[in-house]
Amino acid sequence: MSASTTKNDIAELDNIDRQVINRLQDGLPIVEAPFAVVAKELGIEEQVLLERLHGLRESGVLSRFGPMYHAERLGGGLTLAAMAIPEIYFNAVAEEVNAFAEVAHNYRREHRLNMWFVLATETPERIPEVIAAIEAATGYPVYNMPKQEEFHVRLHLPV
Amino acid sequence: MNQVAQLCMDTEAEQRLRALIEKGLPLTPRPWLTLAEQCGMDETEVMATVERWQSEGLIKRLGLVVKHRPLGIRANAMVVWDVPDAWISELGRCLAEEPAVTLCYRRPRRLPDWPFNLFCMIHGSARERVLQELDAIVRRHELDAIPRQVLFSTHAYRQHGARYISE
Repeated sequence: MSASTTKNDIAELDNIDRQVINRLQDGLPIVEAPFAVVAKELGIEEQVLLERLHGLRESGVLSRFGPMYHAERLGGGLTLAAMAIPEIYFNAVAEEVNAFAEVAHNYRREHRLNMWFVLATETPERIPEVIAAIEAATGYPVYNMPKQEEFHVRLHLPV
Repeated sequence: MNQVAQLCMDTEAEQRLRALIEKGLPLTPRPWLTLAEQCGMDETEVMATVERWQSEGLIKRLGLVVKHRPLGIRANAMVVWDVPDAWISELGRCLAEEPAVTLCYRRPRRLPDWPFNLFCMIHGSARERVLQELDAIVRRHELDAIPRQVLFSTHAYRQHGARYISE
């Protein structure tokens, strides 16, 4: 098993690990023995592929190996939102925003609009409601920037 | 068994299957069989159901998601562009084809505060590397005249298990 973690918490990946990760970011074929098919594509044994995946999971490189749902098709709402929060209030407002269960990711970024978060709601109608609730709770406006068009990337994160 | 009962049973088994795969696919030689045994369907049914979810677009992709930190990916830049509406689809497609770009979306401007309408993510081991990549992309596609900004993230306050496609 080669995906070991060093004291800097950086996993050391060899070529096979990288190929496995890059190939499987694309998805798993729906056939009886999908790992055998992928292993063959990569020119390795099925057992080796499965061992690598176990190793990558144990070393924390894999956060998930499963379905990515299409929130809109599930009937949910999804958007990216931003706020401009004065430096001294940033942490307090971040806590208020993160207290909403609908806030999925929240990143601090270097810009006047310095708080960027994803809202995922059970229905699209909930998005404006949650935004209004966040504005009411924090006293700051929320800029709603839903996706209008997606340009598909070939690989999600080449390693 | 009448049809309604059958339908209800299918729905329950499907719900169990959905809950199971949400936790992650089993890393076994026959993952669909493993799932089938756990949710009370047979292997063919599991495969057909997952295939249907995929073709209906409910599941966008069934695959692996990596964590950034253990891979040494410390720099995460949201690069935003103010593109004339007539060019946006073409430029969006160009950027999405760049290997360094991991997400690419068109979003609305919020004038006057936010003039940018094309968003893409570039990840890298360090800021300098990300900026080098961006420079190369700007040169390759001759994008110098298009106003852009780079918003590095300095802190992730919350990173859920990304059940939905991350933005």
